[in-house]
Amino acid sequence: MIRLHNVHKSFSGREVLKGVEFEINDGEIFGLLGPSGAGKTTLIKILTGQLDFENGEVFILDKQVGDLNGADHKKIGIMMDQFGVYERLSCYENLKIFADIYQISKDDIRKTLSDVGLEKASKTAASNLSKGMRNRLQLARVFMQTPKIIFLDEPTSGLDPATTKAIHRLILEKKAQGCTIFLTTHDMTEATKLCDHVALLNDGNVVEYGSPQEVCRRYNHQNRLKLHFYDGTEEELPNAADSAERLKELFLAGRIETIHSTEPTLETVFLELTGRKLEENE
Amino acid sequence: MRNIITILKKQLTDTFKNKTILIQFLLFPIMSVIMERTVHLDGMEAHYFAKLFSIMYMGMAPLTSVASIIAEEKEKNTLRVLLMANVKPYQYLIGIGFYVWIICMCGAGVIAAAAGYTGEELLTFLTIMGVGNLISIMVGAAIGIFVKNQMMGTSLVMPVMLIFAFLPMLAMFNDSIKKVATVTYTQQMTLLMEKMRFSALSTESGIIILGNLIVFIVLFLAAYRKNGLE
Repeated sequence: MIRLHNVHKSFSGREVLKGVEFEINDGEIFGLLGPSGAGKTTLIKILTGQLDFENGEVFILDKQVGDLNGADHKKIGIMMDQFGVYERLSCYENLKIFADIYQISKDDIRKTLSDVGLEKASKTAASNLSKGMRNRLQLARVFMQTPKIIFLDEPTSGLDPATTKAIHRLILEKKAQGCTIFLTTHDMTEATKLCDHVALLNDGNVVEYGSPQEVCRRYNHQNRLKLHFYDGTEEELPNAADSAERLKELFLAGRIETIHSTEPTLETVFLELTGRKLEENE
Repeated sequence: MRNIITILKKQLTDTFKNKTILIQFLLFPIMSVIMERTVHLDGMEAHYFAKLFSIMYMGMAPLTSVASIIAEEKEKNTLRVLLMANVKPYQYLIGIGFYVWIICMCGAGVIAAAAGYTGEELLTFLTIMGVGNLISIMVGAAIGIFVKNQMMGTSLVMPVMLIFAFLPMLAMFNDSIKKVATVTYTQQMTLLMEKMRFSALSTESGIIILGNLIVFIVLFLAAYRKNGLE
């Protein structure tokens, strides 16, 4: 569905993408992770035809990105952080503009507003919406055109947990309907929860790729088990056959409250790979 | 064509909620109606206020509104969303330009009604306004494309608008200004309105108006080539 091969991009002589390669399968949620300045937005702009690139190949819907026509664009929904809404127009009027462009019925506008939980705000001017509601309005614009591929650039950035959860639900619903979703995020919990595959982008290179669980397992250098006891104390054991006797002993004594493996989180992996926190420079 | 109509409809909905733009469209037609109905002085040229305000309207409303609409859409990144929805730049520009032209021609219609123009006078007046508004739209679009945001747009629109909207009026009081004003399309339109007949169009006036149109088309194309609609 989406394939990048050896993509390079420079700005004023500074190379921001240095041979990026990955593939995204049909119907999956793909997460592109990276700190600010890593090239995430540049990559989205290249994938959506907003920006040219110097070398390499980018395929979307089995076509070179430059060969996409109007019908293809209708199959691609894009929500970027910097995209605006018409402030003076209501939610309904904002969607009506794009419904007219894509020849979508009024009933579908109302249904989409209802799907994103904005039916009661349909007559509210966009200038009076909260950030979460604006994000949902932008999602409504994207969802309304029933795209096959959706690009979401940090869709939950700066939102409260309840709104974030509502947006996660909408994203998962779209995946269930067969959409391929390309997501950029700083939120590692979000990436772990939503994404089938992630790519870690740093200084213009993909430094890691795989499912969130695979990536974490790959960096499980400690490979230990962390035991928490009812008396409040803790103990760590090697995740190996040698620990079996000790575990059996503790189980029989009924002391163990919880057991956790110590594989790293995505954020820990990223920190190890880049030496930078994901939120840095935000 | 569908996208152009969508832009027209979008702009119409937005205008009723945008007092700044709405005032620009309504101010001079309303003032023309009021002044034409209430002020009549001995020795005053017939339809003096209608002619004066129509030139100001031509030099002000289309120019500022087009520049303001494009600059705002660029600043708020709504233009990018439209372009990503496969609206072509020419469709957007035609939609905005046509919308402003239609609204301004409605305003011109109100001014013509206030002056009581009929027959050839009416046709001449609307033709002058139609061509003048078109040139002003080109100027406004060139500015809108050139600037990055509304603030920059306002600071550039203001002096340009003052030149085209007020120079013909100031030319009445000062010969030096009149000489300078001769090269502007609004001054030539003022001269045409004095006679209010197609036959009054001199070769010189025709060349100046056409020259203005060509210059502003070139400026518009240069701005578009430099910045696109980014």
